[in-house]
Amino acid sequence: MGVGIEVSNLNAWYGSNHTLQDIQLHIPANHATALIGPSGCGKSTFVRCLNRMHETNPIARVTGTVRIGDLDIYKDASPVEIRRRVGMVFQRPNPFPTMSIYDNVASGLKLNGFSNRKVLDEIVERSLRNSALWDEVKDDLRKKSGASLSGGQQQRMCIARALAVDPEVLLMDEPASALDPVSTSKIEDLIFELKSQYTIVIVTHNMQQAARVAEKTGFFLNGRMVEFDSTHKIFTNPSDKRTEDYITGRFG
Amino acid sequence: MNLKKQGFHSKFRAASDHLATGLAIAATLLVVAPLVAIFIYLIYKGASSLNLAFFTHVPKPVGEDGGGMANAIVGSGVLLGVASLLGIPVGIGGGIYLAEFGRGTKFANAVRFTADVLNGVPSIVMGIAVYSLIVVPQHHFSAFSGGVALGIMMIPTVTRTTEEMLLMVPNSVREAALGLGVPNWRSVLSITLKTASPGVITGCMLAFARVAGETAPLIFTAFGNQFWSASLNEPIAALPLQIYVYAISPYDEWHRLAWGGALVLIILIVFAVSLVRYVASRGILKGAS
Repeated sequence: MGVGIEVSNLNAWYGSNHTLQDIQLHIPANHATALIGPSGCGKSTFVRCLNRMHETNPIARVTGTVRIGDLDIYKDASPVEIRRRVGMVFQRPNPFPTMSIYDNVASGLKLNGFSNRKVLDEIVERSLRNSALWDEVKDDLRKKSGASLSGGQQQRMCIARALAVDPEVLLMDEPASALDPVSTSKIEDLIFELKSQYTIVIVTHNMQQAARVAEKTGFFLNGRMVEFDSTHKIFTNPSDKRTEDYITGRFG
Repeated sequence: MNLKKQGFHSKFRAASDHLATGLAIAATLLVVAPLVAIFIYLIYKGASSLNLAFFTHVPKPVGEDGGGMANAIVGSGVLLGVASLLGIPVGIGGGIYLAEFGRGTKFANAVRFTADVLNGVPSIVMGIAVYSLIVVPQHHFSAFSGGVALGIMMIPTVTRTTEEMLLMVPNSVREAALGLGVPNWRSVLSITLKTASPGVITGCMLAFARVAGETAPLIFTAFGNQFWSASLNEPIAALPLQIYVYAISPYDEWHRLAWGGALVLIILIVFAVSLVRYVASRGILKGAS
């Protein structure tokens, strides 16, 4: 089951560049939350702060608190533990090029020392079913390289890979921006299915996408969270002028 | 007038095109020709002395016919085994440090510079260095010291190619592993290094092939041996050493054996490199289409 995320006073830097400023936010459990905003507004940095990927860049720095469930992720746990509980899907599909489909999906478990073959088989099947890829790949799970799938299939495999470690939160950083419309709609259907079991945070440039999949939407601008509300309200009656300008296409 | 001019131009273009292609082909031939020439000459000179005895017998005393280089073939194998056990793990470890952990640090720059200098150190100097570090304190020549000398020579090549190959692995692959909650060290070994492994293996093979033919570092260390020995603690024969000794001897019989030895050395290197590449490629492609 998913858990809620409580962000307070979050600030982040790349070198001297203050990319996130005083973010306050409550992301509800078992819902999809969309983050929109123009390029460079800090939304990717924000999701990368939620699983401590931000700090893998040596010049990056972060302050403030992020609570995921009852866990203060910058105080109570190591980045490795956090990332097992908070899965991530990246903008471009990034399969492990040397691995079969099966090994790609099982990689998170295998690399953490889990080796019970029977249980792995079950988890791989369940994850691939959850990511709506099972029927397309079940016959050559071990025969085909993960990298030999099409872009949309690769991305669904990456989602399966993230689901296989059984996270509570799923972060998606523009998961469909490198995909064609058919693959995109499959990913969106998937998000719709998954949000009953996971808390989903999705960064997107595509406002229709945000409107289709998310209950809550946050608008980022220049490193600040301008407005956060129900998706319906953001797209029909935003309280902030800047949000209205952005969603009506006056800039960005 | 105009047409004539155009005709001239197109002829000129065609000619310069042919000239450039011709030059490229000539350059290719110049690259390939010495290799082919050496190989043909080795076969011409050496093939006649290859027989069963060559691979099964140790050298005979001067004046006696026959004898072979079995001890030198085994000796080269032992020396290269020791060298690989030392050079490949240390070299790969260094490469991993440079590419994954020490990126941009002063220490990494110093290591990289040292590796490049080490690569340029004359091999005879390497032999003398190991002589004073291992042979002198032990008071005897040994296969071990020869292997160490060759192993040290492998390190810079292995380190630098490992580093280059790891840097070619896209960052998105590293992020994918870290994002799954895989500890960094595990991600480096099981994901990044594995992804880069075809290139890393090529680097190891280059280093291996290079030191397999080295003579100078062995003169002061492995020393050579006319008799059977596979002990790490005693002087040991090696093909390049044996070739050297036989080639400068005044006996025709030994010259013939030296040619045979050179041919066998090249064939063994080609064989070893092909075998490793074949096995490695099968291991990697398991799973890949």
